[in-house]
Amino acid sequence: MAKKLGGVAGIWLDDHAVVAAAHKVREAGYKKFDAITPFPVHGIEEAVGISRSPIPYVTFLAGLTGLSAGLALTYWTSAVSWPLNIGGKPFFSGPAFVPIMFELTILFAALFSIGAMIILCRLPKIDPPVIDPDLTSHKFAIFIPENDVNYDAARAEQLLRSLGATEVKRVLEY
Amino acid sequence: MSDVSRKPLILGNKTYKEITDDICQPVETFPSKNWFALFFSAKALFIFYIIHIAIVIGTGMGLLGVNHPVAWGTMIITFVFWIGIGHAGTLISAILFLFRQKWRTSVARSAEAMTVFAVMTAGIFPLIHTGRPWLDFWLLPYPNQRGPLWVNFRSPLLWDVFAVSTYATVSSVFWYIGMVPDLATLRDRAKTKLRRIIYGALSLGWRGSARDWSHWEMLTLILAGLCTPLVLSVHTIVSFDFAVSMLPGWHTTIFPPYFVAGAIFSGFGMVVTLLTLVRIGFPKFKDYITIDHMEVMNKIIMTTGMMVGYAYCSEFFIAWYSGNPYEIYAFTNRAFGPYWWSYWIMFSCNVFIPQIFWMKSMRRSIPVMFVVSLLVNVGMWFERFVITVTSLHRDFLPSSWGMYAWSWFDTAILMGSFGMFLTIFLLYLRVIPAISIAEVKPVLYWGKKGHGKDGH
Repeated sequence: MAKKLGGVAGIWLDDHAVVAAAHKVREAGYKKFDAITPFPVHGIEEAVGISRSPIPYVTFLAGLTGLSAGLALTYWTSAVSWPLNIGGKPFFSGPAFVPIMFELTILFAALFSIGAMIILCRLPKIDPPVIDPDLTSHKFAIFIPENDVNYDAARAEQLLRSLGATEVKRVLEY
Repeated sequence: MSDVSRKPLILGNKTYKEITDDICQPVETFPSKNWFALFFSAKALFIFYIIHIAIVIGTGMGLLGVNHPVAWGTMIITFVFWIGIGHAGTLISAILFLFRQKWRTSVARSAEAMTVFAVMTAGIFPLIHTGRPWLDFWLLPYPNQRGPLWVNFRSPLLWDVFAVSTYATVSSVFWYIGMVPDLATLRDRAKTKLRRIIYGALSLGWRGSARDWSHWEMLTLILAGLCTPLVLSVHTIVSFDFAVSMLPGWHTTIFPPYFVAGAIFSGFGMVVTLLTLVRIGFPKFKDYITIDHMEVMNKIIMTTGMMVGYAYCSEFFIAWYSGNPYEIYAFTNRAFGPYWWSYWIMFSCNVFIPQIFWMKSMRRSIPVMFVVSLLVNVGMWFERFVITVTSLHRDFLPSSWGMYAWSWFDTAILMGSFGMFLTIFLLYLRVIPAISIAEVKPVLYWGKKGHGKDGH
């Protein structure tokens, strides 16, 4: 979505109304529309038809990478690069290296998960167009982009109005 | 917590717009005289702190009371103290999130802020304690021209470097990611161009589409899942600094859970101290951080207080049961030796005084909980003092016995660290919404009758 798209947006004042409306918009055949809400609304994913976020897979792989990095770092520095006899302990002191491996697992998993979210949400956006500034406070919107299935501005506007939107407007770019 | 879930989490018949207005108000209005008075006092203390740290670094660690045999002093005690304070914030933001405790939403932002600032305050101490802070980069395993000579990964002190730096990083980003939607709210409400640019950049251009929220919620869940073992590991590893040594009084297997319980205990003490002040400073927040919220935290204080009390008693039992004369001496000396007063300050503040919370009227009284929360933190500072100093001051050989030579610089650095913490916290209250706007809105109808909505 590098290119900004125009479309039609409807605005509601109630979170339950926007979930119900999203169900209806989806039944009407639209696939690429999105809901814009000030907080995570319960049930909106199902209504808009969003599949489960793939972030957990990133977390798992990053965690494994961190664990291996911790193992490699401690093993290579303590047993390969310059082995030092410290208190007669083995060069590769497995149990003593567990805390390092654990912390690096958590560090990698957390930072890569955040990176994944930033990429998936296409952040950072520089000065993104705003449909209504109150959408981060108390208003809820459904936005149907112009490239959606069988898009017709007049028909989409009528649909949103019939679903009880308090305000319907054409958006030039979003 | 069923008691709380039956009561509304947000008082008054608020609309979503009123919630936004209420929480954004402190960020969007000119600070009050009281805030300035607090801020300038904290700031003065912070400058005083910087000056004393500069003198200690410039002259040397000898200015503090550390000597032989008490080679660990105020720096280590206060480091453990501040790291422990941070733990309650992660408990509220991560562990209570996993347990689906809805009341956490009102206090999570400030508690997590407290975590980040407490870890920042704590991190300075071990860096100065090394004696030559300009060589602190030696703590990191970086390729160097001395061999390369690597750090000793078998040392608990090095585990601490990894644990504390991971904790600082992960809790800061967790806090920030949770804040992004609220920063977008501030951006969209901005009246001036400068505010719009600053909050626009900080909010990363967040728009709040359903797809964004789906990723954001998943990330919050994952970070909560990662922070939970992380926070337990951090104080466990801090306790390893002591427990892995051979010293009687330090060499005990109970240390990891005992330290974690103590950390949560002191952290909740600090959360209650700060939130009582926030409620006085921002009266509108009383509808969000209600007496019910404070009461639940006081219950946690009492519970964890009894957990540390159990640990104190169990240490004595094990010392006796082990039959080890050094172990028995170390513990008898703790309670009845030259530092008996510090032991009994610790025991009274941490075990006896929180028992007042058995009474509901006391749990719900703001003045009572404010005083108790301060005493809890006095007690928890003395707990670390008792562990560090009393274990060291009686060495195996009576010829090596000594006392900690407490100096003016110990006092200055301990007091000054509060100046640093409070300065940052007071600034935070003015630039970031102190309650998570996006997290309290979904619990608006929680426990309210007549709403078929989200109330259960």
